[in-house]
Amino acid sequence: MRVALFLTCVNDTLYPDTGRAVVKLLTRLGVDVDFPMAQTCCGQAHYNTGYRHEAEPLARHFSDVFGEYDAIVTPSGSCGAMVRELYPRMGERARAEGRGDGLATTLAPVVPKTYELTEFLVDVLEVTDVGAYYPHTVTYHPTCHGLRSLGLGDRPRRLLQSVKGLELKELPGADECCGFGGTFALKNSDVSAAMGADKVRNAESTGADVLCAADNSCLMHIGGTMTRLRTGMRPVHIAEILASTEEERA
Amino acid sequence: MSGGTYLGMPAFPKAAHEAVHNQTLRGNLRHATHTIRAKRAKAVAEVSDWAELREAGKQIKDHTLRHLDRYLVQLEESVTAAGGTVHWAADADEANRIVTYLVKATGESEVVKVKSMATQEIGLNEALEAEGIHAYETDLAELIVQLGKDRPSHILVPAIHRNRGEIRDIFAREMSEWGRPAPEGLTDTPAELADAARLHLREKFLRAKVGVSGANFMVAETGTLVVVESEGNGRMCLTLPETLISVVGIEKIVPTWQDLEVFLQTLPRSSTAERMNPYTSTWTGTTDEDGPQDFHLVLIDNGRTDTLADEVGRQALRCIRCSACLNVCPVYERAGGHAYGSVYPGPIGAILSPQLRGTQSEIDASLPYASSLCGACYDVCPVAIDIPEVLVHLRERVVQGGTVTREGAKVVLKPAKGHAAERAAMRAARWAFSHPGALRTGQRVASRTRRFHPRTLPGPGKAWSETRSLPAVPAEPFRDWWQRTRSGQRPQDGPQGGPQGGPPGGLPGGKDTSK
Repeated sequence: MRVALFLTCVNDTLYPDTGRAVVKLLTRLGVDVDFPMAQTCCGQAHYNTGYRHEAEPLARHFSDVFGEYDAIVTPSGSCGAMVRELYPRMGERARAEGRGDGLATTLAPVVPKTYELTEFLVDVLEVTDVGAYYPHTVTYHPTCHGLRSLGLGDRPRRLLQSVKGLELKELPGADECCGFGGTFALKNSDVSAAMGADKVRNAESTGADVLCAADNSCLMHIGGTMTRLRTGMRPVHIAEILASTEEERA
Repeated sequence: MSGGTYLGMPAFPKAAHEAVHNQTLRGNLRHATHTIRAKRAKAVAEVSDWAELREAGKQIKDHTLRHLDRYLVQLEESVTAAGGTVHWAADADEANRIVTYLVKATGESEVVKVKSMATQEIGLNEALEAEGIHAYETDLAELIVQLGKDRPSHILVPAIHRNRGEIRDIFAREMSEWGRPAPEGLTDTPAELADAARLHLREKFLRAKVGVSGANFMVAETGTLVVVESEGNGRMCLTLPETLISVVGIEKIVPTWQDLEVFLQTLPRSSTAERMNPYTSTWTGTTDEDGPQDFHLVLIDNGRTDTLADEVGRQALRCIRCSACLNVCPVYERAGGHAYGSVYPGPIGAILSPQLRGTQSEIDASLPYASSLCGACYDVCPVAIDIPEVLVHLRERVVQGGTVTREGAKVVLKPAKGHAAERAAMRAARWAFSHPGALRTGQRVASRTRRFHPRTLPGPGKAWSETRSLPAVPAEPFRDWWQRTRSGQRPQDGPQGGPQGGPPGGLPGGKDTSK
């Protein structure tokens, strides 16, 4: 199986540790993962802000870069949902606009092969105990697109529960949005910040040291809010927890 | 949709600003929405075939909307055959003129009202008042809003922004202006408040000769109208007056009684979290010596046919006004209903108002962005309206313009103003992302200058850094690490897809990487 890592533009640029963690984790599990250097961005920010036509060339580029792989793994629920849920919709819209089947046909191959990281681990590799060690108290925030678009369900929790040394605390109001929402965070910053503050207060109430999620965009917002509110909690991507071992701690 | 009281509303972020920082309001909304949310989840979980009911509701509505022309004619024939009179109103003004004329023809100068979104949408109370006709709201929460000279902030519980103390004060101060005063020494206990309202309203029910209602459903096969409610005030208004005028949006039709069965299960559980609502009133035209002897149905379009013409946006017309989406919406919970500048607040309002009214005004152009696209609204919608899909579709309409239908004619909209910088940034980003070499150069510049990065941002970025720290840029992007460790060589600039010429229009962020 040829497996490609679709790291996402945000992780590549700002969170390389998450990328290294995914590589380390998958390698440990016997997967020979490749990082196609031509990858850039799935086009989610463009699409969700109303620039669908600007997102189309990025989707085509994604398809060109990843089309030849058997599986495409991404450590981001929202970018995964962009490919799986919104690429088919972009194809349909292009067809409805009288532009034929071209876009739909180009994008179709990558849609079923794209997996969010925890999905790939649980559904494809069929593991929940990845041999990780992480001696911390952790609370888990299921991000909206992972939860509602991809339907990740309890996969991330099952993975975390199998981590040695990790104590998992339930997050009150877990399924409520953290308030990031891409450009929403800028366009409606008052409401976004209020949602973020409520999320952080809920996280704090668990007494955990670490808030874990499977999407760094949401963690950037939550973590940025934590720093301002001086909580002392840390935001950590689930890949970094799962990659951590007794020999090599994250 | 009548501009009416909402003309000149500021854009959503500005309107929400005050509400977000009003701790009393935040507390009221949080308590109320979380309570209803939990009850609804429980009521829905009891039904084993909820997913099938939701799908059936969606299919019935889609089928009806697809054949609306046929069902509307069938409805008119059934209502007429049963002794009612059907009137057609293309917009709010026409509907208001018809109702005013009908009330005046009775010689009366007051009407009692059943809670109705359609009459609020067209601004009927204000239109009647301008003609010297007093309209009395009889739903408890609508009464609170009317006495408080306030605006509704929720579809189902329009006074959700008020607490008991505020309601007591409004009753004590205002009831005497409108009719029977509040009892002396009124406290804020729910039983006393309800009793005060009951006594105040009873007088109006017994005196009124004209009732005005909306309808939750209209059954085309028999011409039957349906109102579901909890307080019994609706039953009073629908049965006691001599004349009944019902103002209903054309999308409220269901073909048969069998179709109605689906919604009578999904609506109460989604809205009030009840297995069945306490009062379900149905009436078919007029009945000799029983109830109103004169019945008029005013069917309003008011932007609905235009909305129906849009193949993505039309799903908003499936809405049965349950307000489940409001109760789960994190944005509604913090911004409150008034910020939406419409009688339809919350997620459904954010997709209905810009379609019924168009996206020209500041508030309507801002509503599609009043969402983090978290999808909680879609999950709870009993007719499966994909609200996030329509929001994104309307964002596209705002920033790109395009062809829409207004008043039955195709119109080409220009892109809205105020998005020029964003559009340029999106194009520049698309260009950089289409050229991995350019992206890589940008990443390296960011990494190598990281010690000089500011901790707060100027301009639009200030909206981020006012409340959130910025992420630290790492020493090297992932791709450099990958290439360094995997290929054993120092990464080269622009390994593939290097830029061909500059970005379009001299946009920022696109420095040529070919040195």
